[in-house]
Amino acid sequence: MKLTTFALGLAAATLLGSSAVQAADAQFIGSTVYRTGPYAPGGIPWADGFADYVNLLSERDGGINGVPLELEECDTAYNTDKGVECYERLKDKGSTGMPAVMPLSTGITYALLDRVKADKIPLLTAGYGRADAADGTVFPYIFNPPATYWGGADVAIQYIASEFGGTENLKGKKIALVYHDSAYGKEPINTLKALAEQHGYKLSLFPVPHPGLEQKSTWLKIGRQLRPDYVIMYGWGVMNATAIKEAAAVNYPRDKFIGIWWTGNEQDVIPAGKAAIGYKALQFNAIGADFPVHQDIIKYLYENGKGSAKSPDIVGQAAYNRGLQQAVIVTEAIRAAMNIYGNAPVTGEQVAHALDSFDLNAERLKALGLEGLMEPIKLSCSDHQGGGHAQVTQWDGKTWQSITDWITPNEEMLRAMYEESAAAYAKEQGITPRSCD
Amino acid sequence: MFYREAGQFKTSYQADQAIFPIRQDLYAYIAFLAVAFIGVPLLASDYFLSTLMLPFLVLALAAIGLNILTGYAGQLSLGTGGFMATGAFAAYKLSTAFPDMHLIIVFLLSGLITAGVGIFFGIPSLRIKGFYLAVATLASQFFLIWMFNKFGWFTNYSASGVISAPPRTVFGDFYITGPQAAPVTKYLFCLSFVVLLALLAKNLTRSNIGRKWMAIRDMDIAAEIIGIPMLKTKLIAFAVSSFYCGIAGAFWAFLYTGSVEPLAFDVNRSFQVLFMIIIGGLGSIMGSFLGAAFMVLLPIFLTNAPHMVGVEISVSTLSHLEAMVFGVLIIFFLIVEPHGLARLWQIFKEKMRLWPFPH
Repeated sequence: MKLTTFALGLAAATLLGSSAVQAADAQFIGSTVYRTGPYAPGGIPWADGFADYVNLLSERDGGINGVPLELEECDTAYNTDKGVECYERLKDKGSTGMPAVMPLSTGITYALLDRVKADKIPLLTAGYGRADAADGTVFPYIFNPPATYWGGADVAIQYIASEFGGTENLKGKKIALVYHDSAYGKEPINTLKALAEQHGYKLSLFPVPHPGLEQKSTWLKIGRQLRPDYVIMYGWGVMNATAIKEAAAVNYPRDKFIGIWWTGNEQDVIPAGKAAIGYKALQFNAIGADFPVHQDIIKYLYENGKGSAKSPDIVGQAAYNRGLQQAVIVTEAIRAAMNIYGNAPVTGEQVAHALDSFDLNAERLKALGLEGLMEPIKLSCSDHQGGGHAQVTQWDGKTWQSITDWITPNEEMLRAMYEESAAAYAKEQGITPRSCD
Repeated sequence: MFYREAGQFKTSYQADQAIFPIRQDLYAYIAFLAVAFIGVPLLASDYFLSTLMLPFLVLALAAIGLNILTGYAGQLSLGTGGFMATGAFAAYKLSTAFPDMHLIIVFLLSGLITAGVGIFFGIPSLRIKGFYLAVATLASQFFLIWMFNKFGWFTNYSASGVISAPPRTVFGDFYITGPQAAPVTKYLFCLSFVVLLALLAKNLTRSNIGRKWMAIRDMDIAAEIIGIPMLKTKLIAFAVSSFYCGIAGAFWAFLYTGSVEPLAFDVNRSFQVLFMIIIGGLGSIMGSFLGAAFMVLLPIFLTNAPHMVGVEISVSTLSHLEAMVFGVLIIFFLIVEPHGLARLWQIFKEKMRLWPFPH
């Protein structure tokens, strides 16, 4: 007994004393992912996409601008406590610390808001997190390209309007929002309400408590009572497949059912089987492995047994491409910082500065072999969002088929909402917005 | 050899009833406090302070709260997460509505508000016992989280339902919340609060009310027959327990993460705290700390350990391994000592008194 206690104590003592040794001249990239836990099915392809792109740069180009890369993953299991621990563990690694953090969870994003400000490390949230962080004057260290939840809601309404033949036909229509009852799911409500006032549709809200396995009554109400003209879903994890199956059970047409990007994974529709055919989802990236970058990933990584995913079939999946896109944004931001500060490992503060004038244009995307996979992103000191384009895809039983062009959200209206919300946050937190002139 | 009480005579009732009747224990305790207050801030890194010590202290506080209710008064509760959320949201509403109010007052008031909520949800305990009470308190857990999610007033109508701690100082320029707050200040503030509250809890359990709680725990009918007022005593237990949990929740939101959504206090949090007191030891303040250390620090150590000794395993394998080893350790400790780590510590001390000559 005494021995065990002693051994434990000894082990704890070693924990405090040691620290990892790292190469001095490599650029460290920390990646917080969830390969385990309840949401792992969606998290694994994302993590693989991210790791593959960074490894591709190492294998093919020898790093960024000749600076070798060192990637370290930390598993959060989509748990906020673990995510914070991961961030604190990774932030000082490498010679210059972590250049940027991508928490991959709205909960972790909120927990890191204050920390990244103190540590001067940019926080990148691709398609999740705080939408009002688009206002760079209040959130100097937070960036949310390529899209926000509010922009996604606007794109969904634009698409629904086009289905009915124009925004004027939205008047009197019934639209239902089925959402995960958490910070994430509640994000689009204000946008949808504002748009309802503008266009005259009737919005009904259906919160689904976490984890979302029980939706019978929700869908009975939707399918039998309310019979809305369209259903929008902000779901997550197991909730998505359940919702699609319940929609089929009450015979609600799946092609009148559109979800945000986090409901548009293969892992969300395959478990629902045939019920999912016709279901639609927004995506801020194209799907499929037909892009030059994927060919390079197969050639340099998978053919040499260096790929992250268990099988090359994962390459090109929705979540995989999303992870890859996030890696592109981060590595291009690091490259931009190196172009300003010289070709050596860069700090978070330098990357944040580079992101304030980040310009990932069509030409650059083409050179990277990403043409068509994502839209150009242009950020400024005050605009930390940069576009917000999304497209609608439809599940045909095997793959996601793109059914629209890129749709641009109504930036004018959203910008005003971002600024209003950011100003309220700034007031509460006593932040003086920085000047961007 | 060193742990002998020979020659320590107690000449007053006061000395006889001290928390640490053995002088070595008192010295060890003072030395331990000195390390915690002086040694740790001087030597530890920010990582150690802000990701290990803060959650450990906050959850230890919550564990003390639950231990008072479950370990001392015998009322099984699964509402800890809900009470922590109440504390967090109360602190948020108070600090945003009254920006000039000192944060210590905010924390104490949010504890009192949570105590009120705890009394309300404790009323059924008069009729419901054991596992049935656990289900009743589980209802409070779900109700409270639902309420904070549902009504925008609690979050000042934030779109996402997330609350963020406004930056506040404890005195002068020493920020304890917000981005300017140094981990050391947060740690020392939290530590002082936790030490004071733990001392208070220890003395409460040694007092008249503590003995009443234990009487109810051990046999409520007998306790009633000897004249212990059931309703009052049980409700006081709920109030005190919720007070502690409320402050722990406010600390979690304000000192540890800075901003939280209600889901941070979901039923998993309640289970986590319950496991802490089961593993640490029911009916022991010391056990609350040991349990919190076990539940918070051990998983982090397990994830870091292979990396430190130079073994490279993929993060997913590591995560699964962590869960497995952690599970095995829980089973191991419960088999070796069903009464928790605190009991283990007690046995260890008893053996030490005889060591090295057991006969």
